[in-house]
Amino acid sequence: MNRGRIRGIIFGETAADRVVPRSGFTAQLTLFASGAMAFLAVFALALSVSAGRLADRWSSELARAATLRISAPAETRARQTETALAVLRQTPGVASARPLDTDEQRALLAPWLGADLPIESLPVPQLIEIIADDDGYDAQGLRLRLSAELPGAVLDDHTRWRQPLISAAQSLRRLGWISILLIGGAMAAMITLAANAALAANAQIIDVLRLVGARDRFIAHAFVRRFTYRALIGGGAGTVLAMLCVAFLPAASDEGGFLTGLGFRGAAWFVPILIPFLGAAVAFAATAIAARRRLAEVT
Amino acid sequence: MIELEQVGYSYGGGDLFDGVSARLTPGSFHFLTGPSGAGKTTLLKLCYGALTPTSGRVSAFESDLAGLDRDQMALMRRRIGVVHQDCRFLDHLPLADNIALPISVSGRDPAAYSGNLAELMSWVGLADRADARPPELSGGERQRAALARAVIMSPDIILADEPTGNVDWEMSERLLHLLIELNRMGKTVLIASHDLALIRAAKARVQARVLRISDRRLQLAGADL
Repeated sequence: MNRGRIRGIIFGETAADRVVPRSGFTAQLTLFASGAMAFLAVFALALSVSAGRLADRWSSELARAATLRISAPAETRARQTETALAVLRQTPGVASARPLDTDEQRALLAPWLGADLPIESLPVPQLIEIIADDDGYDAQGLRLRLSAELPGAVLDDHTRWRQPLISAAQSLRRLGWISILLIGGAMAAMITLAANAALAANAQIIDVLRLVGARDRFIAHAFVRRFTYRALIGGGAGTVLAMLCVAFLPAASDEGGFLTGLGFRGAAWFVPILIPFLGAAVAFAATAIAARRRLAEVT
Repeated sequence: MIELEQVGYSYGGGDLFDGVSARLTPGSFHFLTGPSGAGKTTLLKLCYGALTPTSGRVSAFESDLAGLDRDQMALMRRRIGVVHQDCRFLDHLPLADNIALPISVSGRDPAAYSGNLAELMSWVGLADRADARPPELSGGERQRAALARAVIMSPDIILADEPTGNVDWEMSERLLHLLIELNRMGKTVLIASHDLALIRAAKARVQARVLRISDRRLQLAGADL
């Protein structure tokens, strides 16, 4: 299709517009279907974007953090901690290592054991927070060295629980995109059905137009433009509504975790704006195919 | 201008007609008559490509209709004004827009033809019905509107299927007069009709040939018509 035809479809031929009745159940069906699909697509997109953001954060931020746990009797714990810190300072790839103080350890246990826990009188292991530099460190080598020098120390680089979480987030992102594709397909199917119904309901109009010398292109444009506009308007309404709903979702917080982080941030807010236009493009293609098929049956 | 060569058409397992040949020369005036069900409407539809013959060849403006693609067929139909017996319209558009439809679909500006449209609507007695929707019209008004739509682009050929079927004698005379005037302007006219009074009235004013479909053949009618 050349640019002139596309321009004609978008801007011109008001006479062609008028040959198709404005009302009819297909108009409402197209508006509703495209609006509902756009609404769902915005949420699927929000899910996908949020899951992607989460997967990125887990894979980048947590990948640099590790914990060294020193389980030792109270009298030797301080000395073992010093030894561990000395080992860590000598380990290439470790940017910083810091023992958690009593308050920090108490805060970590507070959700389970309460805030007034007498942690000083309990045999709680000493935790050391390790932050890797950009190149990272050799975790296996560090484990071997620690096992030789500090048999009671356990290095947890979070791999065990981080990897399934990243996989889950990536799966969620994929599910989001698959949902968007399915929504697009369902929208195409519904608009094709609506277009076919409109073409069948307006068979007399098509016959009259062919009788007076209308080309297929003129007739097809009339239906294509009408359905494209309807899909654009319905999709626009559905998108705006969905974006408002997403905007009013609870804000992300540490307490709420992933669910409250659902939504768009920064430039990602512009991505849903594409949805009505994609819906209109789907309607354009679906109606053009339906019109071409229908017109081929008319002499 | 329109030529049928050994045209046959089968419908429902039987031959409606067979071996029909006719030639509508430019500026000629023809009537097509015959009993109901003889195939008058079918023959008209064959002339503008709405139906395809099962045998033989139909050509218009020196082109075999079977060889035309859909765009060429559309362009050819702009040169042929057709008045259908059932007079179909776009029911959601005002009558004036319906009559101007051939102008719209040809890509021209209907406003440039507003004078012609007003004159034509006045001539067929529908000047005060310009804003009416087709379902609001009587049978006679629909027939007059269909004729106006068929001639607004001044086509080379006018094919009319029972154009006076739903109008009184006075309006029949008026429509006939319009068709005769168009013929005098050089237009080719073919009217399918079983209205013998109309045919006789036309023959008194214009040199018209009368073709009759009988026994699956097309014959030139005798001097009685």
